[in-house]
Amino acid sequence: MPAQMRFRVYRYDPESGAKPWMRDYAIEFEPKGKKVLDALIAIKDTLDESLSFRRSCREGVCGSDGVNVNGRNVLACVTPLEGLAQPIEIRPLPRLGVVRDLIVDMEQFYRHYRAVKPYLVNLDPEPENERPQSPAERAELDGLWECILCGCCTTSCPSFWWNPDKFLGPAALLQGYRFIADSRDQATDERLDFLEDPYRLFRCHGIMNCVEVCPKGLNPTAAIGKIKSLLVKRAF
Amino acid sequence: MSAVKTSIPKRTFDAVIVGGGGAGLRAALQLAQANFKVALISKVFPTRSHTVSAQGGITAALANVSDDNWHWHMYDTVKGSDYLGDQDAIEFMCRNAAAAVYELEHMGLPFSRLDNGKIYQRPFGGQSQNYGGEQAIRTCAAADRTGHALLHTLYQRNIAARTQFFDEFFALDLIRDQDGYVLGVTALEIETGEPWLFEARATLLATGGACRIFRHSTNAHINTGDGLGMVLRAGLPLEDMEFWQFHPTGIPEIGSLITEGVRGEGGYLINKDGERFMQRYAPNAQDLASRDVVSRAIAQELLAGRGCGEHGDFVYLKIDHIGADKIKERLPGIRELSMQFAGVDPCVAPMPVTPTAHYMMGGIPSNMHGQVVTPVRTGPEEAVPGLYAVGECACVSVHGANRLGGNSLLDLVVFGRAAGIHMIETLRENPIARPLPEDAVETSLARLARWDKRKPERKTERKPEHEPQKTGTETVAGLRAEMQQIMQAHCGVYRNEALLKAGLEKLSAVEARLPDATLSDHSKMFNTARLEALELENLLPIARATLVSALARTESRGAHSREDHPERDDEHWLRHSLYFRERDQLDYKPVRLKPLTVKTFQPKERTY
Repeated sequence: MPAQMRFRVYRYDPESGAKPWMRDYAIEFEPKGKKVLDALIAIKDTLDESLSFRRSCREGVCGSDGVNVNGRNVLACVTPLEGLAQPIEIRPLPRLGVVRDLIVDMEQFYRHYRAVKPYLVNLDPEPENERPQSPAERAELDGLWECILCGCCTTSCPSFWWNPDKFLGPAALLQGYRFIADSRDQATDERLDFLEDPYRLFRCHGIMNCVEVCPKGLNPTAAIGKIKSLLVKRAF
Repeated sequence: MSAVKTSIPKRTFDAVIVGGGGAGLRAALQLAQANFKVALISKVFPTRSHTVSAQGGITAALANVSDDNWHWHMYDTVKGSDYLGDQDAIEFMCRNAAAAVYELEHMGLPFSRLDNGKIYQRPFGGQSQNYGGEQAIRTCAAADRTGHALLHTLYQRNIAARTQFFDEFFALDLIRDQDGYVLGVTALEIETGEPWLFEARATLLATGGACRIFRHSTNAHINTGDGLGMVLRAGLPLEDMEFWQFHPTGIPEIGSLITEGVRGEGGYLINKDGERFMQRYAPNAQDLASRDVVSRAIAQELLAGRGCGEHGDFVYLKIDHIGADKIKERLPGIRELSMQFAGVDPCVAPMPVTPTAHYMMGGIPSNMHGQVVTPVRTGPEEAVPGLYAVGECACVSVHGANRLGGNSLLDLVVFGRAAGIHMIETLRENPIARPLPEDAVETSLARLARWDKRKPERKTERKPEHEPQKTGTETVAGLRAEMQQIMQAHCGVYRNEALLKAGLEKLSAVEARLPDATLSDHSKMFNTARLEALELENLLPIARATLVSALARTESRGAHSREDHPERDDEHWLRHSLYFRERDQLDYKPVRLKPLTVKTFQPKERTY
């Protein structure tokens, strides 16, 4: 017997001219084994097709559906409904501009990502086969490359809230470090030059909201700490 | 240069690529690095594309672990395809596989490594040494997140190459002139709801698969076969649409994929009696037989009442015996998925799995240069000028009737690159754009206008904004759910004439109701309801193509298993199907049995 579940969802359509508002929904829905995204889809399919949100893989790997559920940044597709206090309040990720409903403008976030030059730089002639990398060297990348760019961390970071245009935020810094940590990359100095900046990197005060919310269990604060210690080492 | 004024904003590029998954990104990179002006249109930010979900790896005979060479890979692929694959294209893919993987490594892809520093490889289904001998170890992996690693790496290289991205633009229709040249596409800017015209001398479709025609599928929500819909609307055919791969190990109900790499790392399937039943179905390869074989074996077990659980509708995949450390190192993503969606930690208990729609072997007919080909007076495979297709949306055909695991990511990068190279030639040979037809955007604008239509009676009784808006009698979500139910019930692992016929009748009824569907959301801003309607317009004809093609093929080959025609019939059916939307017409073309340089692998009985 499906239970009745209650939701409060942030709604905003700039075209309507109306201000943002919270809309209540009640649906018959069996929460067992289901995720927040399942409920959002059920609401859209049966109650209100105008409810807008992004989704793609529905299994926590594409990073489309970062939202704020009961005050916490999560991926809707991997967040179990069971155990959430009702009405379950769903809002867009904080601090970014709202395009519509749960859809935020990610451009700022992507710009910071592009700024760290998130690609391998190696100017040696390419060998015939693979560039060798030991399992230990490769292990340095674990916990870095798995980032799905969902934005949950960056938009939960108070330093980003204060300086969204200048502080790169945990996701971009994690990716910055992913290439510094790669034994095949040759641009460490240039990367550190770029990051050595009172805002881009040093606005991180180790609050660790990023670690707390990362749906992939990654640790951007640790990566940022490693960048900082490399900068310190370099100075002497 | 075009004298025609269109009513919508226009952008002009050398090349336009539709789709930001692995295939589209690889092709874009080739063009951007050659300094062509290339636009990549994607309905999602590129790293949200379904390539990201690929887990187990990319197959190439690097011989890092077992003795290997591309000839054996080619043999396995031909055999895996149940001899429906085109052997010239298969040779091209397998011959170029190692170079493609090394190229990805040079780009920065974080492959897992062996102790000697080389790329890690794991065994996958259908792989052999010496043309059918011992198991080969051929699939290159980045843990069990190889697709994620590949997609992000290719996106990153495109950032470096300054490819121009149009993220969250939904392609609507191909623009084709009277002589059949493709001159670009129309696309909807999702955020603003504005239609755009993208004019280009070369257009590449890389729009991925369409398993969302089924109720249960491993595919992302976005896999709605948009490129296939565009091609059908342009009057071009689809090839081999009866062949859909049911992956043996999807999580029941949820659909999420459990990689074949689990069995590659030593996992095996058991039924409710705890029996390793694959030993009965594939005495040699056992759990690493081809996917079609394993899926049928599971289906047989379920039919025989040896399924697990309350309803006996799944079997178990056991891996805990390899140890928690190995699982956490090599299969971390699977462990996460299984815990999240099946509530099972594979380190301590077996995972429930069941055959689940996974991959479309058919698609837009293309050749190994990525050119879209169609029968014209002079021959069965004439290139459509200006149009290319690669990746899952295309049918080269390297996968034939059944794809081998690890060959999909390979297909993306090998043919993405090949298409990019051929497009560069085309652009150099055709420096001047042909004029756009007068009615270039009419079809698309009419489609958009159709979904602006409101139910007249609803206007008067429109409820206040805070109450649920009831739509017309038919809804997009309702029709989509019915289509998915029909395909699931009538076009699964096993098919027969009566089942397919009934399915086609039901689907026709659903299609007939589509004109009655209306939307209640008419906002221009990021209107996902409208997007889903446009996607349904792509899905429905794909479902139809599937049923019609499956009904006609009276044999069993690869993933197409007809209970009423259980044998493969090379005499009549060693040929590709071509489905045209107009009057559900079917045509056929021969399989290309002649490879580029090596000897033909003659069709023979396929056992594992």
